[in-house]
Amino acid sequence: MKNILAALVIGLMVFGFRGAEETITVKGSDTMVILAQRWAEIYMSKHSGVNVQVTGGGSGVGISALINGTTDICNSSRPMKNSEREKLKKRYNTLGVEVKCAKDGLSVYLHESNPVRELTLEQIKGIYTGKIKNWNEVGGPNAKIIIYGRENSSGTYVYFKDFVLGGADYISSMQSLPGTAAVVNAVSKDKYAIGYGGAAYAKGIRLAKIKKDANSPAYEPNPENIKSGNYPITRFLYMYLPSRPSGAIKEYIDWILSPEGQNIVTKVGYFPVK
Amino acid sequence: MKLSNSIVPIRKKLTLPRRPGEFFIEAGIKTVSFTSFAVIILIFIFVFRETLPVFFPKEHKAVQSEVLESESYGDTAPSEHDKEIQNRIDMSQALETSGENGKITMESITAAEWQPVSAKPRYGLWPLFFGSLKVTLVAIAIASPLAILAALFSAVFAPKRSKELIKPVIELLAGFPSVVIGFFALMTIATISQNIFGYQYRLNSFVGGVALALAVIPIIYTVTEDAINSVPGYYFEAAYALGATKWQTALFVILPAVTPGIFAAMLLGFGRAFGETMIVLMATGNAALGSFSIFDPVRTFSATIGAEMAEVVFGDNHYTMLFLIGSLLFIVTFALNAVAEFWVRNKLLKRFRGE
Repeated sequence: MKNILAALVIGLMVFGFRGAEETITVKGSDTMVILAQRWAEIYMSKHSGVNVQVTGGGSGVGISALINGTTDICNSSRPMKNSEREKLKKRYNTLGVEVKCAKDGLSVYLHESNPVRELTLEQIKGIYTGKIKNWNEVGGPNAKIIIYGRENSSGTYVYFKDFVLGGADYISSMQSLPGTAAVVNAVSKDKYAIGYGGAAYAKGIRLAKIKKDANSPAYEPNPENIKSGNYPITRFLYMYLPSRPSGAIKEYIDWILSPEGQNIVTKVGYFPVK
Repeated sequence: MKLSNSIVPIRKKLTLPRRPGEFFIEAGIKTVSFTSFAVIILIFIFVFRETLPVFFPKEHKAVQSEVLESESYGDTAPSEHDKEIQNRIDMSQALETSGENGKITMESITAAEWQPVSAKPRYGLWPLFFGSLKVTLVAIAIASPLAILAALFSAVFAPKRSKELIKPVIELLAGFPSVVIGFFALMTIATISQNIFGYQYRLNSFVGGVALALAVIPIIYTVTEDAINSVPGYYFEAAYALGATKWQTALFVILPAVTPGIFAAMLLGFGRAFGETMIVLMATGNAALGSFSIFDPVRTFSATIGAEMAEVVFGDNHYTMLFLIGSLLFIVTFALNAVAEFWVRNKLLKRFRGE
């Protein structure tokens, strides 16, 4: 009995591993999950010998998985932090390999009825750090600004803090909501609200045009402006590897960076890096 | 004496020899119960172990001076704009003080702000604790009168048929997924109550409290109802015999008799509300303000863990602080439940036995 069982287990293991020739695991950013899944599906339909497994969880989760060696590729919507690189270095003596695989624009949401149409980066910074408290300071009605943002675990939170606020802290009265959809929903229901997130088009909100400074023209967050780089708040989406890619992983990444892979980026709603 | 003498032989007769399977069944049940006990203990140990670095900070070795160049792959010649983005990234990387090397100081824990992701992280626990307390008190203030009166009604006044309807329906509310209640609060309660009260912040501790009350009502109701049902019949009979009406009996005899039970119910409700995560995460706005107004947004202990744990760098100061919050939550709810369970119940039983 025991022998039969053992034989069965061994057989299962052997055949289980034989099932797919090559498995690539991808883990990380929730922002990039749809994109990564689309890549994986199309790649697998064309390369039958490769099995790509995609899971989300967030940029931080992906990076920890990379550090713990439980994933081959990590998706991240923010650059890796120094402390994370330090950990990777302790384990593998590398700082990781960074692959920029897509571009994304970040929008600032306003309520539909808000007369304010455009904001400068300086004004947005003022609002989110608490220097500007009333809409009349930026050409709007005399009403207090209700500030919405993302949770501090979000890559978007970190990105916005670093690039728009120049590393300064958000004001404590910022209400942090889980997910872009929640922010869009909140702004659409609050007349004097401001929020930020991916380029979402929803009923009841308006995307503010952004000026780099008071004298430069204002740009809408549309595909042309983000691709051309005129829209000031854009970011990269990354893939991280522990070492330079080789074999099946290299082929996969090369394919992602090829015109075919980059074409999928556009279809999903982000912007190609090339 | 005579009676007990006559019972003993019968008992002896009834003791049957053990059946062969009995040992295994007994052992199985014992294992299951001890496993759950062990799991609780292990969770205890795990949570507190992760908190230890707060009290005994690890000595950090000096970071190796050897500099490794970070690599990138698949880059083409960057455009002007791409270079600019990269510049900003490099600047912000330089701003980042490695959280790993800093120690959690008393100063950062007692700060008035919760800013864990910052060049100078502050892990102020006070606004979070205050937030939890505020939402919970609002929830208890709304839930307890409703639940207690509902329990009184269904235990004393309601005809049998409507009692059979009310009890399961309220208890069904306890099985309601808290995400659903949270979503309902976010979309509906928030809008309605803003229209009524006209306050500034759409999501605030009041909305969270109302939503939490929905989750807490069944707990307070069930425990209170059980307490009322355990009141001996002679309480009623004595009151009626003295000429009291049903209302007088309920309010002035039964209710005072079960106060420890009601107290226990409220404590259990408090514990549930304090630890509830999803509802407050969705409905309270999550801004760590230490204000006293119930119409300001708040951030609670549980919501902080729920929102931040998923992406925190493992072993980091921020991670440790979240576990400290977890331990505090654990201690508070554990203490409340223990008091409700052991102390109050005993008191209630003693009262009814007339001791």
